[in-house]
Amino acid sequence: MRGLRHLLLIGVLYAASSAHALTALQTRAIAEGDTDGRVAALGDAAAAAEPGLATFVQALLDDAVKLTPTQVLVVEGDKVVDAASGATTALPSDAEDVVNNNRMRGALQATLASLRLLSPERGARAAAIDELGKQATDEAQLPLIEKAWASESDAALKAQLGRMRAGVLVASSDPAKRMNAAQALGESGEPAVKALLLERLADGTEPDDNVRAALRQSLDKVSRRLVWGERLGVLFTGISLGSILLLVALGLAITYGLMGVINMAHGELMMIGAYATYMVQNLFRAHAPTAFDYYLWAAVPASFIVAALVGAALERSVIRWLYGRPLETLLATWGISLMLMQSVRSLFGAQNVPVENPAWLSGGVAVMSNLTLPFNRIAIIGFALLVLGGVALLIARTRLGLFVRSVTQNRRMAACVGVNTARVDTYAFSLGAGIAGLAGCALSQVGNVGPDLGQNYIVDSFMVVVLGGVGQLAGTVLAALGLGVLNKVLEGWAGAVLAKIMVLVFIVVFIQKRPQGLFAMKGRSAEA
Amino acid sequence: MKRDRMPEVPALLDVKAVLDPATALQEASRPRLLTPAGWGGVLLALAIVAIAVPLANLVAPVDSVFHLSDYAVGLIGKIMCYAICALAMDLIWGYTGILSLGHGLFFALGGYAMGMYLMRQIGRDGNYASELPDFMVFLDWKALPWHWAGSGSFAFQMLMALLVPGLLALVFGFFAFRSRIKGVYFSIITQALTFAAMLLFFRNETGFGGNNGFTDFKRILGTPIATASTRMLLFVLTGGVLIGFFLMARAIVTSKFGRVLQAIRDAESRVMFTGYDPLAYKLAIWTLSAVMCGVAGALYVPQVGIINPSEMSPAASIEMAIWAAVGGRATLIGPIVGAFFVNGAKSWFTQVVPEFWLYFLGALFIAVTLFLPNGLVGLAAQLRRKKKDVAE
Amino acid sequence: MTPELQQAGAEALQRWRQKEQVSASSGGRSASFGRLVHAHEPDFAHGVALYLDDITVSFDGFKALNALSLAINVGELRCIIGPNGAGKTTMMDVITGKTRPDLGSASFGQNIDLLRLRENAIAQIGIGRKFQKPTVYEQLSVFENLELALAADRRVRASLFSRLSGAQLDRIGEVMALIHLLPEAQRTAGLLSHGQKQWLEIGMLLMQDPKLLLLDEPVAGMTDEETERTAELFLSLEGQHSLVVVEHDMKFVEQLTEGWKKVTVLHEGRVLAEGTLADVQANEQVVEVYLGR
Repeated sequence: MRGLRHLLLIGVLYAASSAHALTALQTRAIAEGDTDGRVAALGDAAAAAEPGLATFVQALLDDAVKLTPTQVLVVEGDKVVDAASGATTALPSDAEDVVNNNRMRGALQATLASLRLLSPERGARAAAIDELGKQATDEAQLPLIEKAWASESDAALKAQLGRMRAGVLVASSDPAKRMNAAQALGESGEPAVKALLLERLADGTEPDDNVRAALRQSLDKVSRRLVWGERLGVLFTGISLGSILLLVALGLAITYGLMGVINMAHGELMMIGAYATYMVQNLFRAHAPTAFDYYLWAAVPASFIVAALVGAALERSVIRWLYGRPLETLLATWGISLMLMQSVRSLFGAQNVPVENPAWLSGGVAVMSNLTLPFNRIAIIGFALLVLGGVALLIARTRLGLFVRSVTQNRRMAACVGVNTARVDTYAFSLGAGIAGLAGCALSQVGNVGPDLGQNYIVDSFMVVVLGGVGQLAGTVLAALGLGVLNKVLEGWAGAVLAKIMVLVFIVVFIQKRPQGLFAMKGRSAEA
Repeated sequence: MKRDRMPEVPALLDVKAVLDPATALQEASRPRLLTPAGWGGVLLALAIVAIAVPLANLVAPVDSVFHLSDYAVGLIGKIMCYAICALAMDLIWGYTGILSLGHGLFFALGGYAMGMYLMRQIGRDGNYASELPDFMVFLDWKALPWHWAGSGSFAFQMLMALLVPGLLALVFGFFAFRSRIKGVYFSIITQALTFAAMLLFFRNETGFGGNNGFTDFKRILGTPIATASTRMLLFVLTGGVLIGFFLMARAIVTSKFGRVLQAIRDAESRVMFTGYDPLAYKLAIWTLSAVMCGVAGALYVPQVGIINPSEMSPAASIEMAIWAAVGGRATLIGPIVGAFFVNGAKSWFTQVVPEFWLYFLGALFIAVTLFLPNGLVGLAAQLRRKKKDVAE
Repeated sequence: MTPELQQAGAEALQRWRQKEQVSASSGGRSASFGRLVHAHEPDFAHGVALYLDDITVSFDGFKALNALSLAINVGELRCIIGPNGAGKTTMMDVITGKTRPDLGSASFGQNIDLLRLRENAIAQIGIGRKFQKPTVYEQLSVFENLELALAADRRVRASLFSRLSGAQLDRIGEVMALIHLLPEAQRTAGLLSHGQKQWLEIGMLLMQDPKLLLLDEPVAGMTDEETERTAELFLSLEGQHSLVVVEHDMKFVEQLTEGWKKVTVLHEGRVLAEGTLADVQANEQVVEVYLGR
């Protein structure tokens, strides 16, 4: 590594000196011979800050340089030019490729970076700073950084360089410099700076007490700035988990809350939706690869329809015979879930299947230095709200919703006034199943898709239904969001397993005070 | 639990009651523990467990048709442990109407208690030749954690196998029943309880062997564990415990306590308005069933040689419910039959056509709830009655 | 025996007789500050079995009971009538502890605050309730139903080891004969007819030997003959027990009130009118909301 630093140093020291063109000798020295000699020649050329050096180095890195006994040639597109003079020539038949080993590549890249640090283009400078920041910096690079910092005009880049400078200086041998550096670091809001401060505060690293005090102060300032990012991060993850729980529990809330059917196969309906998404993705990849980014527009309705159809089939064949017998329904649907899982295993294999995010869902938006909100999670929150709105509208405003509500509240009376209770049951159950399919589609974008997908969420979704109470969607919403946030907050504090246990205990205790859940149907409920 | 279909009982015109009320009343008030046929069955079962099987396994020559292989003995012993759990499920579900989907937890806790003792009994014969069990050496622990303090003593660990499930059941049941959580909500919460416990036991830090659990046992009470005689002893003991529990359960359900339980199942509000406190009754039978499962777990582990957190999975507990349902709820003998039937089928399927086992199990769940609400025992009774009707 | 001693003795006898008289008329206790009042026994010294004061119960804004005040005397047979939704069943729920009122107080006798007790405690203290819909234990036999209702130790240990004594057996037999279900002693309760189930439930109530019986539409679905028999039964219970009967069947109410007993009319959660059946039937308001012309 010392060689590289040597290069950077030299590159900077002579950067301001007058420009000479690269001579043929120089190019030959860099392109030919053993690595040590080449690196030394490269260093010399950088020290002289030859103007054509950057392009030549880039050409070397692109493997576009060829050697003949007399010339060093660079291939630019379909032209072949002489490296030193720039004149276009023809490619002789005895031209050999220049091979760069890793060490040579590293040296070439470091040279390029140091040259770019002082490039007239802001973009190039920013990129160079980022790259420099990725490496561990020490005092040898300090002159380079100081030079760049002194001549930097852009405020943001100057601040970055200033932090890098302080990061190096904080380990300097001069206590005064360390003190200044410690104070300067306090202005930052980067998690990397916090790590650096903690490192410096570790036992034995920093001998001077004043500097330690300054370091501690800076650490407090940086932590306070970061804690908001952490808190918001936990909140966001909690809301994201809550939105997923909401999607999962919404279908369950409809089938149980409105119909009294406990559906242990709900997780498997989700899994079916996820696998439908997988199938649609494969279809797009095979038949319409250019439109791959739009596969979700087809996958969402597909997963809804497939899951709803499966739900309708289940309702017609098994569940309709078990209305009014919740414990039996529970067992029967558990049996169905076993069969569904096994059939998926037979069809698709027991391993997870890959489902890719389309391009517009990949990545995220960096809201704060330590907080990046992934696009796919944001999309799912939005999607969950959309589905919730749709379901609420359906239940409250449409005829189907009216029928469902009437059948729920008094089946016999509804039948007497002419509502086809059997068909309404099927529709309502299919709706719940379809929403489960949508949840599966959403889950496929954030997690793994496998036969066990449903099992991971089933306990949580039941907890949401128990907590939220039966009969009103508002309870489900509140419970889902509340449990999601609570889970994530506790997770950060006590770890995932203990968090789950604490949430469970909380629910049992809450049910003590309020057995009917958050939102309950009041009044004289039927005892039977 | 409301049964939509009433059992078909022929018109009972009790002539005796009209002619001699006093005797009729006397008879009605003191239901017998078992009919003579019942006692015969119990004696037969005892004879099979204590005499026939040991002879068939230990004495009969290997190539004889009467020989019972070691594998079969182990399998039957294991299923008998499951049958104890099914019996416990019948007491709380069939008779009291409480469907628990987390009883596997109590079973596993009893198993872990026995497992701790057996792990210590490995002594220095483990892979690492250390006083500590292998998994602790692997985790770089230097001493036994606090909850292993009494694990050297058989008596202490057996006490733990009773107390730990019992106390957990008592505390959980108290809070759950007191808040009047009923029906499906209760079942879901028991499922969550066992799920949370399973997650806890999967962690290595909990000190129970993580996801590998305990295995590789060498000795029990000084004798090597893998010998034929130890196996047979455990088998006979398990059979004896099963029969003993059956008689105990029979005594409970024929007493007034048992009738109160059935009343709670059918009309809890009326029970309250008659002056009984359902909480005390539910808690009593709930705790008893948990202790029964704990005992079953403790007998199970030395026979199968392994215990790990998957015994606590919600799926395992739900299977216990299906054993009771398949056999016939509220019959006591039904769940035992159910446990044998389902586990026998499982053993066959997983050996011959393993991909179809889950289809069979799933279909069983559906078939039993739709077509066999009274289970196999109920079906048999129905067929017997039909034959009698046809004969008449 | 001197004349003074004789005099003193006569006076002592006189005082004792007076005390006895007073205690007899006040339910066995003398109306003095020094009497013992037990927490588990209702104090009927003032002759009132049940007080309801300003009971208000609202469900989600709807007032099921609206400042209801009622008093039932010891040994009285009170009939409560009123249209559906008047709050009759809710009132019973409050008395038996199933529903807690938002406002008001309810006490059994002088000393027992019903609002602080749970359902089974209220039942043990001597209030028995018969539901609108016959709730018997469908899977148990008639005998077993009655046995469970027997006034005996309700605790778990007692149930595990209890054996019926001869006297208890006799009592069960007696009640079974009373409710005409002796031939059906072994029959599963679920197989009884509707009227027989009603009778079984009444029988279970009698087994509890309660001091106050709350009967919610006891003759709904019964034949005329069964209704008459029920009226006879209730009339025989009057005096030793206090009864509150909620009913819609006016003929049955007539049989029970015998022309002179008090009838209470409930409407929209409060007492609309109180008086003999004739008075109530003549009341304009009652006619308008309930009885019709």
